[in-house]
Amino acid sequence: MSSAEPAGGIQVRNLRFSYGERPVLAGVDLSVRPGEIVGLLGPNGSGKSTLVKVLSGVLRPYEGSATLAGRELKDMATRDVARTLAVVPQEPVFGFSFNALEVVLMGRHPHLAGLAFESESDIAKARTALQRCGALEFAHRPVLELSAGERQRVVAARALAQEPDFLLLDEPSSFMDIRHQVELYDLIRDQSDNEATGVMAVLHDLNIAAEYCDRIYLLKEGRILASGPTAEVFTYANLKATFDTDVYVDVNALTGRMLVVPLSQRRKPR
Amino acid sequence: MRTARKPLTAAGLLWGVVILTAVLACSILAGLSTGGGEGGLRELLFPAAGDGDGTRQILLQVRLPRVLLAALIGGALTVAGAVFQALLRNPLADPFVLGVSGGASIGSVLAVLAGIGGTGAGMAFGLDGRMLFAFLGALGALILIEKIATVDGSMSVYTLLLTGAIFNAFSGALIYFLQSIASLEQLHDIVFSLMGHVPSTGFGTVAVLAIGILAAVLYLFLQARDYNAMTLGEEGATQLGVDVERVKRRTFVLGSLLTGLAVSVAGLVGFIGLVVPHMLRLVLGPDHRMLIPCSFLGGASFLVLADLLARTVILPGELPVGVITALVGGPFFLYLLRTRRTGHEFR
Repeated sequence: MSSAEPAGGIQVRNLRFSYGERPVLAGVDLSVRPGEIVGLLGPNGSGKSTLVKVLSGVLRPYEGSATLAGRELKDMATRDVARTLAVVPQEPVFGFSFNALEVVLMGRHPHLAGLAFESESDIAKARTALQRCGALEFAHRPVLELSAGERQRVVAARALAQEPDFLLLDEPSSFMDIRHQVELYDLIRDQSDNEATGVMAVLHDLNIAAEYCDRIYLLKEGRILASGPTAEVFTYANLKATFDTDVYVDVNALTGRMLVVPLSQRRKPR
Repeated sequence: MRTARKPLTAAGLLWGVVILTAVLACSILAGLSTGGGEGGLRELLFPAAGDGDGTRQILLQVRLPRVLLAALIGGALTVAGAVFQALLRNPLADPFVLGVSGGASIGSVLAVLAGIGGTGAGMAFGLDGRMLFAFLGALGALILIEKIATVDGSMSVYTLLLTGAIFNAFSGALIYFLQSIASLEQLHDIVFSLMGHVPSTGFGTVAVLAIGILAAVLYLFLQARDYNAMTLGEEGATQLGVDVERVKRRTFVLGSLLTGLAVSVAGLVGFIGLVVPHMLRLVLGPDHRMLIPCSFLGGASFLVLADLLARTVILPGELPVGVITALVGGPFFLYLLRTRRTGHEFR
């Protein structure tokens, strides 16, 4: 499998990372090809966010190998990583009175040199990204005055303005209502299909994952438990083993995608 | 209704700098033409033919270095405040509030006790021994305070402010101790140097200070765009390609240098790094490419005018300028503490 993968995507081989003595990633193998959406699912503390941070150059050093478009992450400068890969974090942080447009313009940071000012074309890119994320209407409002869901749309726009080859999403829709979730993932799907952007999305919502992901990795205690096309991975046994919770798995009659319903532990087994 | 702010352009920056340079020029002229002695603007600009060079000489030889010194010190402390605020994502950070000035003052006092500052031979070279010690004191304090205030990898602003306040109390006590073992002559030096006072010195000190301060401000200005990204948190900034550790290191060293240079010459002039950047952000927006140069010019103007007030308000006596900045800055700090939202921006 490893030699058959094209060099263009994200390739992770036997990746290990520890916070001090505590191992968090214990040998992860994973790949993201250009133009596909890969879901990374697992219980709290399984290492999903850690993997996002390692792949985006925040956490170093790691053991094993991780390559972005054929280049080993270890050998890339922070700026090179940022030109290749953008992150939509779970809990974005802001400061002072920067407005939404200014925050999205920060996405151009890795493409600018020194003290340079953003050009007209940078500003146009930022506005397009804001519009695609349905956030243009609050372009001039300070981000700190926006709701959590609105802020996440601004941050998604910033990631698009970064024009990355890869997008890493870490629970990007946790504060969004259902309409904005669907709009965001439709947008990600478009981006992936049209720009061949490779996407790795950390998701909690199994049905969103079933609807949008081409392939799924199930992560538990720093190891991949199962991986493959969503229909093959989403089985009762895999999900039970990963989440230690009973779920009902079926096929969505409307879409043909998998359907997963959580079951109360108090329910008597039938 | 807020008017939509356009993204910053080079032309916008130029306008800001030109206007604030004009403000500074006016402040310096006002500072030169007002004071305890004779002489005003008229004597300065249009020296009377028969006057010899008496009055004008006083203005240029005595008042000019002091006014320039005030400008440099004000600019240095304000820029230090602006970059500390950027790093901590917190408008309350200021060299004085954080305790960095306290650390610098310990260094400065130690230098006096060691006989390498004050009225001795050190004076001839523009107080350089004391500047070095104050810089080291400031840097040491900053590193210590950051270590103490960081719990589980993140820094709570209230822990930080509390640490700064405790450190200030501690350094105050330490300085009282050092004063009590100082000789009478050293004691005079120490008391005078700590009370937040712009001294009358020669052009030598001004030149040494100007080189150090302008170089540090320029260097900090060059990473202004990184500070914008740093408002997204260290993780967010890294993901935009910022070498966060390098920016932090430079900010610590150069911010301490600015604070140390200012404190070694003028003692404790508090709150100026808090008041001026906040005012400028309200008018010019938060972009650090604008904020850093304008903080230098605005802080310089502010301290020149504060020193002017200090020199004239209780004639024939003179107030320490630190009294004026604290009387303005203290209430301002409390106002910021009460009115700023304490949610995300402080995390």
